Amino acid sequence: MARYAVEVKNLNRTFTTKAVRGKSKKEIVKALNDVNLTINEGELFGLLGPNGAGKTTLIKILCTLLLPSSGEARVLGHDVHKDTNAIRQKINMVSGGETSGYGLLTVRENIWLFSQLYGIPSKEANRRIDMLMKELKLEHKKNSKVRTLSTGLRQKANMVRGFMTDPALIFLDEPTLGLDVNASRLIRDFIKNWIREKPSRTVLLTTHYMVEADELCDRVAIINDGRVLACDTPDNLKKLIHQDSVLKLEIRQVDNVTAFENIAGVRNFTHSNDMASGITRLKFILDDEAIVADIVAAVPKSGSKILSVQKTEPTLEDVFVALVGRGLTNHEV
Amino acid sequence: MAVNRKSRSMGISQKSLKSMRRSIPRYPTGNYHPNKENVESRHRNARTLKWSAWLGWQMESNWADPFLFMVYSVAKPIAASLILVVMYSIIAAIGGGPDIGLFHYMFVSNAFFMYVGQVLFGVAQIVHDDREHFQTMKYIYISPSNYFSYMIGRSVSKMVITTFAVIITMAFGVFLLNVPLNIFTINWLLFMAVMVIGIFCIMAFGLALAGLSFLTAKHQGGMNEGIAGLFYLFCGVVFPVSILPSWGMSFAKILPITYWLELVRRTLNLGVGMDSTLSGASTAYCMAILCLSTLIFSIVALAIFKVGDTVARQKGLIDMTTAY
Repeated sequence: MARYAVEVKNLNRTFTTKAVRGKSKKEIVKALNDVNLTINEGELFGLLGPNGAGKTTLIKILCTLLLPSSGEARVLGHDVHKDTNAIRQKINMVSGGETSGYGLLTVRENIWLFSQLYGIPSKEANRRIDMLMKELKLEHKKNSKVRTLSTGLRQKANMVRGFMTDPALIFLDEPTLGLDVNASRLIRDFIKNWIREKPSRTVLLTTHYMVEADELCDRVAIINDGRVLACDTPDNLKKLIHQDSVLKLEIRQVDNVTAFENIAGVRNFTHSNDMASGITRLKFILDDEAIVADIVAAVPKSGSKILSVQKTEPTLEDVFVALVGRGLTNHEV
Repeated sequence: MAVNRKSRSMGISQKSLKSMRRSIPRYPTGNYHPNKENVESRHRNARTLKWSAWLGWQMESNWADPFLFMVYSVAKPIAASLILVVMYSIIAAIGGGPDIGLFHYMFVSNAFFMYVGQVLFGVAQIVHDDREHFQTMKYIYISPSNYFSYMIGRSVSKMVITTFAVIITMAFGVFLLNVPLNIFTINWLLFMAVMVIGIFCIMAFGLALAGLSFLTAKHQGGMNEGIAGLFYLFCGVVFPVSILPSWGMSFAKILPITYWLELVRRTLNLGVGMDSTLSGASTAYCMAILCLSTLIFSIVALAIFKVGDTVARQKGLIDMTTAY
């Protein structure tokens, strides 16, 4: 029988927003809505969803920062409500896009401090810090004050802090957010290598970068508005829309895309404008390829001109669009 | 076995050897201790205490080069003493003449009140700083170390720095303001006991405020200063408690800080007899009330901290960043 690193049953979390006199009323927001999920031990599991989907709320509950409103969540066999101490000994977390750390301390001092909160013996802590700093190419900055580091270097230091405790389960909340291509790649490669080293290690990664989820994850759950819409391997998720055609069009920039919204047979449609090059990019998920002619015919009606046409294989983003009804950065249709 | 043979040769019984082993927190190495989890936990908390105290010291001192920090550390308490001299001069002018006993009362009370201001305010400020400014609180919170150990460690550094400031102030008073402190007449044993209990009490108040700080952001500074101000007004710092209206005196009598400051004055033989409210009470009585009220306030503080912690976790405030 497979052992679950994470087991979530009917999990709900609501937040009550404060009323602002004359401006807004008190509101109850459902951040997680009846979530059911299992993550196997040794799995690199991805949570994919837009901002506000509930990814971070779920991670906060699992790493004992937040209590659920109702439902059950177990981490490495321990209840998040009752067995916080047992969970905390085995987990760690790294959040992206933040500037955490004591700026007056050096990188090494910061990481050392956290190693001591986990009771790691000095010799072992030093060995792990050196090894991780080398792997994440942070060695040259070990004696620099944290306040002098760039965003990318701070995130690498944050990664060393999280992995230095050798957790059985690590929560990575958008670890590559705001990083350049090289730093992102280094971190992705590091995560892949880390989980390969020991079969018992588990990673729960949240991201809204589709490529990252596709490249790294054994399984992916797509989450939106607090609900898990689908959960499977990236390949199986893509098969969900394999029968559908994905058509990409580049046309001369138009402001009004209503001509494309109501074409019969289009399951989903997203668009984005590239102001610099004056191009509008359209993406259609079609029930039937016969509709391509209707789409092409709609281009001159919108007052534009076709620059390129491409039929592609479905990606995780297409799955996301098909399930959610919008892309992560596009307008809802 | 070698250790046992050696201990026998040194005349140590097996029972006391076991007891010594139990008292030493250490990282588990094999089958040494039957309760591995407890040992690990003790070891972790000991390290947390040590390194959070180190962190506190770095935060307090690392912002400037050592010389500048030293100048600041000396100048600050001296400046505070001079403010006190001005305050006393005004009181003396209004009151129709100098009262040297009142000056000694004010001087020693204010010097030791620095512990209340620095430690109490500082402990509560840790939550705000770690959560909002350094954004490290969530990582500390999800670590297996006891958050209590961390807070106590952080406050130790504040206590050490305040002790230095108190010594500077007292020295300044003795050498430049003719405060008649005679270190040979002090009951050092009683003084140390009073200081330990008093600082324990202040730290307990600080932890209670830290518990409340989990739930607040914008109001946290005002809350800390308000509580410290309350103690300043009611505990016999700038004027004797007997000046207060009857309800104020009653309130002062339930606050442990009132008894702590009175005992400090008595052990140092400075400003004694200025406060008619407690002048009839024996030192043993004051000590007993200090111990009792400290115990009660510590239990209440612990409860407030726990409730604040739980409510913050329920409401999702542990990693709140408001940018206030």
